[in-house]
Amino acid sequence: MSPSVPLQEMIRAIRSARTQCEERGVIQRECAAIRAQFRQADNGGRSHNLAKLLYVHMLGYPAHFGQMECVRMIASPRYSEKRVGYLGAMMLLDEKQDASLLITNSIKNDLAHSNQYVQSLALCTLACMGSAEMCRDLAPEIDRLLRASNSYIKKKAALCAVHIVRKVHELGELFAPAARSLLSEKNHGVLHGAVVLIIELCERNPETLERFRKTVPDLVQIMKGLVLSGYSPEHDVAGISDPFLQVRILRLLRILGRNNEGASDAMNDLLAQVATNTDSTKTVGNAVLYETVLTVLDIKSESGLRVLAVNILGRFLLNNDRNIRYIAMTSLQKIVGTDHNAVQRHRGTIVDCLKDQDASVKRRALELSLALVSASNIRSMMKELLLFLSSCPPELRAHAASGIFNAAERYAPSQRWHIDTMLHVLITAGGDVRDETVPNLIQLITNASELHCYTVHKLYRALLADISQQSLVQVACWCIGEYGDLLLRGDCQETEPVQVTEDDALDALETVLQSHMSSPATRGFALTATMKLSTRITDNVDRIRSIVSIYGSCIDVELQQRAVEYNALFKKYDHMRYAMKNYGRIRVTFTEPRFEYMCSHCLLLPLSVGGLKVCDLLDLLGGSEETLQPSPAFGGTAPGPSVNTAGGDLLDLLGGLELTPLAPGVTLRVTHTHTHTTDPVPVYDKGGVTLTLSCEKQSDTGLTVTLTASNATDSDISSFTLQAAVPKSVQLHMKAPSGDSLPARGTAKVTQMVVLNNPNKVNLKMRVRVSYTRLGSAFQDTVQIDSFPGLDAAGR
Amino acid sequence: MIKAILIFNNHGKPRLIRFYQYFAEDLQQQIIRETFHLVSKRDDNVCNFLEGGSLIGGSDYKLIYRHYATLYFVFCVDSSESELGILDLIQVFVETLDKCFENVCELDLIFHMDKVHYILQEVVMGGMVLETNMNEIVAQVEVQTRMEKSEVKLSRPSG
Repeated sequence: MSPSVPLQEMIRAIRSARTQCEERGVIQRECAAIRAQFRQADNGGRSHNLAKLLYVHMLGYPAHFGQMECVRMIASPRYSEKRVGYLGAMMLLDEKQDASLLITNSIKNDLAHSNQYVQSLALCTLACMGSAEMCRDLAPEIDRLLRASNSYIKKKAALCAVHIVRKVHELGELFAPAARSLLSEKNHGVLHGAVVLIIELCERNPETLERFRKTVPDLVQIMKGLVLSGYSPEHDVAGISDPFLQVRILRLLRILGRNNEGASDAMNDLLAQVATNTDSTKTVGNAVLYETVLTVLDIKSESGLRVLAVNILGRFLLNNDRNIRYIAMTSLQKIVGTDHNAVQRHRGTIVDCLKDQDASVKRRALELSLALVSASNIRSMMKELLLFLSSCPPELRAHAASGIFNAAERYAPSQRWHIDTMLHVLITAGGDVRDETVPNLIQLITNASELHCYTVHKLYRALLADISQQSLVQVACWCIGEYGDLLLRGDCQETEPVQVTEDDALDALETVLQSHMSSPATRGFALTATMKLSTRITDNVDRIRSIVSIYGSCIDVELQQRAVEYNALFKKYDHMRYAMKNYGRIRVTFTEPRFEYMCSHCLLLPLSVGGLKVCDLLDLLGGSEETLQPSPAFGGTAPGPSVNTAGGDLLDLLGGLELTPLAPGVTLRVTHTHTHTTDPVPVYDKGGVTLTLSCEKQSDTGLTVTLTASNATDSDISSFTLQAAVPKSVQLHMKAPSGDSLPARGTAKVTQMVVLNNPNKVNLKMRVRVSYTRLGSAFQDTVQIDSFPGLDAAGR
Repeated sequence: MIKAILIFNNHGKPRLIRFYQYFAEDLQQQIIRETFHLVSKRDDNVCNFLEGGSLIGGSDYKLIYRHYATLYFVFCVDSSESELGILDLIQVFVETLDKCFENVCELDLIFHMDKVHYILQEVVMGGMVLETNMNEIVAQVEVQTRMEKSEVKLSRPSG
């Protein structure tokens, strides 16, 4: 072999560098020398320089300055230079670079060269990096080479044609006839190339596939020759005659036989022969057997053959060689849909593979196990899967958890089993489950009413053990809040009784609230649960009150808002708190924890006992499964969050002032029982509609404003809504209005409460927009309120 | 289709890299590092197939590798290639190298990187398997080597 001494010297120099920095130095010097040499005229050592550059490129250093040199070398008449030039082109160039266009001409010339090795260089380069234009240009030349050249060139031309067809699909037509005739070649390399080409053509074009179906008998003949012929020394690999070609032909047969009875029939006998005669003690034999099995399972084969194929796969599963087991499971995965029963027979082995040390085998086994779960084997399979979950590699956990959930949902034999399973998953892999798991589990628990006691006890124990798994903690908090009374009562038939005092339960919730491991969402759950417990316990209400008020100054805005409102519930509507207790139970479905918060938020409206219509609340909770967002909804008759209205143009109208969205509209016909406010001051009077305003100072910066509207005209007013805007630094929070219709002659009023917070103590102003419908036409008006009763002139 | 062929040693140093799809240079080095990281974690008695890394392309690609003494031979392939077939192909390639270099070792690959490329070119072309008959490959490589040698003899570099 021709020693490239300069190349070897450079490699030695690089290797002797002891540090990365030293190596970089050596390489920089070498590159500089190479660059200088490139600029010189033709010298004898050009190929060495390019070879050096390619070595440096492999180590990861930039080598783009060699691109033009490659082009020059390719054009050289000397074989050694052409060779390394083409290699450089394949390594450094691709069709996106301009330099690649320059070699098109050289390739064209070299394809017609007298020396076959030069031709082969050109073919190789074209197959690696030929652009669409190059391919179009040179396709006829390749076709010529496919027909009339020696076998060395023919096999290369065949693969080059594959690349051309990939780049320019229409040219497939051009190569089809040549490909067909190549099947009668004797040389295995050419045959192999031809089969690859035909596979590519058939996969691209269904019509070509139809035409090539006629070649099935020829292919069968060739295979028979390979399988049944005696020992042929030149093609023998461990006793099998050219296993690579066999595998390739089997793949083509699979494509041709798919969905076609005639073709499948023609190859049935052959496949049976290969399946039974191939020696499976060596890897090469297994490769052929494996391909045969895949082909049998993919075409329309007769049932006896299918059974044979699945049995071969079963044998593979028991093979000691892990590779064989891996591919057996891959192919079983493909047929588990169609031949489910056949695969079920091997369930035991597959489940054993879950315990294999090899991560790839484990992954395959997991996929297959999940596919094999059915109503009859759910209990035993779930045991295995849960065992797997506790010891599985981290990258498979999420997939395993979601698979287990799906299986549990479809085949759960009892509700208790279902809940137990889901809890087990949350305890083991709570960090990897998807977000919908928490609401789904909550819904499940709600529906299993007889298991509430059992569930809450179990969750409480789980919470005590570990508060790091967020999903588990969220579900546990929700349950403790919801079924706290069952927990405290202590008697439960299904689990060991344990005495839980109110303090214990509150301790648990407080731990969650304070732990740094809890996410904001989890804290929200815990806070709501604490609040709910206030109605279910008797002794420790003060403790709850203090917990809640602490969070009134929490940094997290969401939490702060909740805490403030719960606080308000304590302070002002203490007698109403108990009403909340019942409304928790009415819940039907919801998909987000915020929804629950919104319910209690609505209930902060002053309500008279009995005045609240339960069914209205149900309307709100019932059909709506969308996540509630505080969208700018008008307090109209339509409940639910689907009203996404023109909050935008209000902003334009009020320009510059901050607009906050209203709470979701709830139609509650309530009476106003608000007290200790200032006397109402009229702020708007037009067209018979009057608006009065009264204020109540909550704190140094907080203010509650109540707007009361009445209608003095002779006709009813409907769709009455108010919107408010305040200066930027002021926080505004509008409660739901008491209603939206003003009957004529002032027989009833509409009240709207607005909570303001003015931390910067700016000059308080408010712009209110009034809109309503009267006598079939819509009215809209705006009023600016600059002074508030109860506040001094500066609005403070 | 074979997307890439990588040979690196037990410390992750590349000995031969051949990509059959264009990747920018820094991405190539990243792929080498990621592949080394994935492959070096594996025990010697686990299976030779790895669901591939994220860099070298979607879910259809697998890494099929073999570990010989100090070198890892890694082929990154898609589903159109038979997994067991590629394993055998790696064996054929290594045996061919052995024949061409006479008891090949890592140093041979280091100092004759270009030669290894030429041999590989006779086995895999454009990401597709070209020739699997070891004797045929060796014969062709020898003819081409002789051609190059004779050229060198005819026109000795004057410098």
